[in-house]
Amino acid sequence: MGASNFVEGVDLAFKVIFGISLFFLAGITTVMLWFVFRYSRKRHPVAEQIKDNNLLEITWITIPLILVLLMFYYGYAAFSPQRIVPKDAIPITVIGKMWVWTFEYEGGKQSPVLVVPLNKPVRLNLHSEDVIHSLFIPAFRIKEDVVPGKNNFMWFIAQQPGEYDVLCTVYCGLRHSYMETKTRVVSEAEYEAWLKALPEKSNEPEGLVILKKNACTGCHSIDGSKIVSVSFKGMFGKSEKVMTNGSERSITIDEEYIKSSLYDPDKDIVSGYQKGIMKTYKGLVSEQEMTKIIDYLKTIK
Amino acid sequence: MTEEKTHHPEPSYLVDTGKYKGLMAWLTSTDHKRIGMMYMYAMMVFFVVGVLLGELMRLELFRPGQQFYGPQTYNGLFTIHGIIMIFTVVIPGLAAVFGNFSMPIMIGAKDVAFPRLNLFSFYLYILGAAIALSSQFMGNGPPDTGWTFYAPYSIQTHTNVVAAVFGAFVLGFSSILTGLNFIVTMHRMRAPGMTFFKMPLFPWSLYATAWIQVLATPIVGITLLMIVAERWLRIGFFDPSLGGDPVLYQHLFWIYSHPAVYIMILPAMGVITEIIPTFAQRKVFGYKAIAISSLAIALVGYFVWAHHMYTSGMSPTARWIFSLLTFLVAVPSAIKVFNWVTTMYKGSIDVKPPFLFALGFIFLFMIGGMTGLSLGALATNIHVHDTAYVVAHFHYIVFGGVGFAFFAAIHYWYPKMYGRMYNFKRANWSFAFLFAGFNLLYFPQFIIGIMGMPRRYFDYLPQFTFGMQLSFFGGILLLIGIVLMLTNLFSKKGAKAPDNPWGGKTYEWTIPSPPPVENFEVMPEMGENEQPYDYK
Repeated sequence: MGASNFVEGVDLAFKVIFGISLFFLAGITTVMLWFVFRYSRKRHPVAEQIKDNNLLEITWITIPLILVLLMFYYGYAAFSPQRIVPKDAIPITVIGKMWVWTFEYEGGKQSPVLVVPLNKPVRLNLHSEDVIHSLFIPAFRIKEDVVPGKNNFMWFIAQQPGEYDVLCTVYCGLRHSYMETKTRVVSEAEYEAWLKALPEKSNEPEGLVILKKNACTGCHSIDGSKIVSVSFKGMFGKSEKVMTNGSERSITIDEEYIKSSLYDPDKDIVSGYQKGIMKTYKGLVSEQEMTKIIDYLKTIK
Repeated sequence: MTEEKTHHPEPSYLVDTGKYKGLMAWLTSTDHKRIGMMYMYAMMVFFVVGVLLGELMRLELFRPGQQFYGPQTYNGLFTIHGIIMIFTVVIPGLAAVFGNFSMPIMIGAKDVAFPRLNLFSFYLYILGAAIALSSQFMGNGPPDTGWTFYAPYSIQTHTNVVAAVFGAFVLGFSSILTGLNFIVTMHRMRAPGMTFFKMPLFPWSLYATAWIQVLATPIVGITLLMIVAERWLRIGFFDPSLGGDPVLYQHLFWIYSHPAVYIMILPAMGVITEIIPTFAQRKVFGYKAIAISSLAIALVGYFVWAHHMYTSGMSPTARWIFSLLTFLVAVPSAIKVFNWVTTMYKGSIDVKPPFLFALGFIFLFMIGGMTGLSLGALATNIHVHDTAYVVAHFHYIVFGGVGFAFFAAIHYWYPKMYGRMYNFKRANWSFAFLFAGFNLLYFPQFIIGIMGMPRRYFDYLPQFTFGMQLSFFGGILLLIGIVLMLTNLFSKKGAKAPDNPWGGKTYEWTIPSPPPVENFEVMPEMGENEQPYDYK
């Protein structure tokens, strides 16, 4: 039994298409090489001129036509159920944001991993906060784009307990290849227990919640490690060399600097970093939120 | 049919006869042959740059994790690799080089219909390429959107997207004008007696191509301008945060960019259709079927674009309709393959380098085409869409297909272009390296794609390492093949070439090698009973 209810149908379609293709690839290649060998100039010095044959042309129009229609059918048959979601499917909202997946369960509980119960239909409502992402679970044979402003969805029934890769397949910027997580398939009882234990609302400091919401932590770690850019840990109060309009100067990271870095990131670039990597958060992070971020940064020295 | 001429009174097109000498004589020439050659040299430079960029990516992907450079560099690399290879190499491709060099001669004309417009198209090509490449050195750093410029990322990124997009826009005009020129040339300038159904099949394929260039390219032109307008004026065509629709962008982009695949591959098919009868010394089998299938591909190719978008959230109805139409376009391609193979039947086959490359083309094109079937079918597409499988599939078509046909065409028309031969043995060796390297490079990508390796990934999960390393070594073999081929063709002068070294039947083999400026001393005419590919 496949990892999801769609595996069998999709794999059958692959087998039909690859089977027919392989037969023709091997057949045509063999015939071609045989002709090259048998009718080489050495063995066959004078070519025979063959007249066109309409019957032959019609034959090799008709046979491929029938075969490709067959392939179409297998592809269609395995796909169409992917669009018909059972009414009792568990709704989970997937939030795609550069470059983090978040899964929101009923009641607003959030998790960075997708945990689903065995043998129960699950409906994923796909929501993007910025650009297009695409949620791909290879083991389940499913994928759908997460398009900002659209209510795309996908669904599946997980049939095998275990842990499977979840990947992003539409290029979404700098850390596209790191936008991955896992889906864990567990028994229904385990699922219920896990969901219950999932904290209702984050007990993390408000500033950190805002940083996570805006995916700042995708590039700036909070534990001092380097992901893409400077870590938030110990950042506040540090002195740093920055490039401003092409000339270097020394600054101390204070309220003003953090504000200008968020609203106009290319103005002062810390030496050794490139312009144009970070976008402006003007209009995305309010002045109020900014204060909370700064309060939080002060706590992780 | 032709007797070997011992002396040619007219100077060849390679001799400067006008006001200027040397480089200037080339840059100001409206001779279709010289323009074709200039496209070829420019394209080879771009091709080699594109290949080296590709190898740099393979180097980084040798192991999971960061090896030599960071993700921003990688994202810039695959973007410019795509832009160079697609917009400056394979889209102008065989049409710009061999369409210009050979097509007017093959239909018995002195030049194309609008020689000055032809030179202008070349300069637009150079200008567009220069603008696109300037994106690497100016503004906020190299664009990092991929050659597809998908919105809203292409609207939001800070990198220099506008230059790249505007370069592609200018390149589009070069393509439109070349297409227009070729259509008029083939309608108005065929030799007396050469009806459309007596025209050789390479011109036929260019005719179908030219209509796509003229009718489809404006759509991508306006779409790219819309990106520029959106970035500068915040208009809101595509970016939902401005009230636009990102899926609309994908529709507009693929309405051109899918037919663009046929702009690339149709002339490639046309070249193969010339080479096989020549080296088999046999009338091409199914002349009409091949000619009409070119038009059928061009026509049906317009209605399949949304198969790039099965996962975009389109309605289920749109998905199955586009899937069905996609399968229909497979049939005319299959017709061509069957006719090529049958043309070899009872021929007298001389396996010279051009024919060897043509055989390589047929094999690689079949793999490319057949792996496209599971991208056309809905259920299987959902699984492999946007994975390394797609990367492998389109490289089999665009490199294995268009690239190998381009190599076949160079080896085929080289004696005509330069009046010189090249070393056959070294040409065969370069084929061996290219063919082996190509398959080792791209075939593993099918496998890891099916395993779930997404495309455009700077870093990857450990299970894909082995496939990536095979690809790396394939890339090295391929590079050796390219070096062998280019040095064989361009490093030293070969023996003098006869007018008709392969025993071809089309008009270019009836005139001197290299041809005189106006091609024909006596303009050819086709008699009532004469047929193209009349081998006897």
